[in-house]
Amino acid sequence: MKHLLSTADLSKDEAVLLLDTAAQMAATQSREIKKLPTLRGRTVVNLFFEDSTRTRISFETAAKRLSADVINFSAKGSSVSKGESLKDTALTLHAMGADAVVVRHWASGAPYQLAHAGWLDAGVLNAGDGTHQHPTQALLDAYTIRRHLVGLRGGAGEGVGADLAGLKVAIVGDVLHSRVARANVALLHTLGAEVTLVAPPTLVPVGVETWPCAVSYHLDQTLAEFQPDAVMMLRVQRERMSGGAGGFFPSPLEYTRYYGLDARRLARLADHAIVLHPGPMNRGLEISAEAADSDRAVIVEQVANGVAVRMAALYLLMAGEDSAEGNDL
Amino acid sequence: MPADPTPDGTTVLGASDVSRALTRIAHEIVERAKGADDVVLLGIPTRGVTLAHRLAERLAGIEPAFDPAASTGELDVTMYRDDLRRQPTRAVGVTRLPQAGIEGRTVVLVDDVLYSGRTIRAALDALGDLGRPRAVRLACLVDRGHRELPIRPDFVGKNLPTSTSERVRVLLSEVDGVEDAVVISGREHGEGGAR
Repeated sequence: MKHLLSTADLSKDEAVLLLDTAAQMAATQSREIKKLPTLRGRTVVNLFFEDSTRTRISFETAAKRLSADVINFSAKGSSVSKGESLKDTALTLHAMGADAVVVRHWASGAPYQLAHAGWLDAGVLNAGDGTHQHPTQALLDAYTIRRHLVGLRGGAGEGVGADLAGLKVAIVGDVLHSRVARANVALLHTLGAEVTLVAPPTLVPVGVETWPCAVSYHLDQTLAEFQPDAVMMLRVQRERMSGGAGGFFPSPLEYTRYYGLDARRLARLADHAIVLHPGPMNRGLEISAEAADSDRAVIVEQVANGVAVRMAALYLLMAGEDSAEGNDL
Repeated sequence: MPADPTPDGTTVLGASDVSRALTRIAHEIVERAKGADDVVLLGIPTRGVTLAHRLAERLAGIEPAFDPAASTGELDVTMYRDDLRRQPTRAVGVTRLPQAGIEGRTVVLVDDVLYSGRTIRAALDALGDLGRPRAVRLACLVDRGHRELPIRPDFVGKNLPTSTSERVRVLLSEVDGVEDAVVISGREHGEGGAR
């Protein structure tokens, strides 16, 4: 593995290896000394063209826990705001000797371009590109689902080595604008889980019939008939909807009535079912405060697992043999 | 590590030799630590873990107060290695310490073959992040020489002079599914076993 650009590129073995490595990384994070010397002397650049708190902090923490040097680069206040192109930014990073670049960009495919255009020889990790993919988020969701539904339900060692075969996951909300949903559909399918997307027709993307999942327009019906083991609520991305809630649904209240997770719908879930949300939450819109703060919600744990998953991704991308010159035995 | 279950090469230690060597090492550990009260055995994956469990059983036989389950663990050193960039990415293994931890106790690191000493250096670094043992000792079934670092074992099953072109393998029934043995392959001229 040289780059991590899309969960659709991952084979099942690679995905399970990533999750297993994350489990070992998580084990080191409960120690008194959390820092490992593994990536000492390597440089990770966080290249963020779009606002982000948790993903950037999570990647920064992960890289630092592995002793890598971290350079944060955000488009605001950099030469990008003076009109520098992605190519020139990449050439600058190359000249500075970056070993891995974590990139978030508003344009779908920007990480792919960065990885394959020949501007850089560093590994590229996609930290979210437009409405395309967000692989580490999907991996941490899968890790959290596996830990709770495979590991804690009788499986040994928090589900290490296992896939998600037989589990049912409902992904609810703004699928149209969601890179998290796209990344999750591909990964969960690879790991053997069954996925149903639930969204109003206006928020279902064109071409969804080619995705390896089912689509429903009715949350109540899906909860009753599909009986999901995990419910993943998506954020309504109002910043991507022109003019506030512009045209995708009549009113926030109506959206909440039909597609929000509240105490009533929470009570209808199976006893073991868990609730996920990639954050940041719009409390009162797609998820009510009762649902967000209930015992079923593993939303805070998702953030903690994010560090372990990103450590695993950085380790697997950066630790092994590389083609850098002067590195022969 | 896919081990070929039917290796070619010279068998230098058989199952009974391995067993006797482990029994002697167990006695030496007890003698050196003046008992087995504060001894913790940490195996280095893969075969070191099996050897640590076997040593723990023998220690319990010598000192009935010694609880094998509460004093045995495994220590994965992958993330502390200095050769990560020279090899394909290694899968990270499990580190499992005894419940009571290693603080203030005598840790005996157990490995199968001692060669360059780099694995042990990584293990010492890993231990430093986990706590401060009162003392750290090193037990290995085979010492084949060619050290690259100033590290020496405290308890050795067998000193085996080798050349760097040879390959020394320890086969254990739990891991490899064949009878216990220490095998040397790649010898240029077959002049018997080791001294």
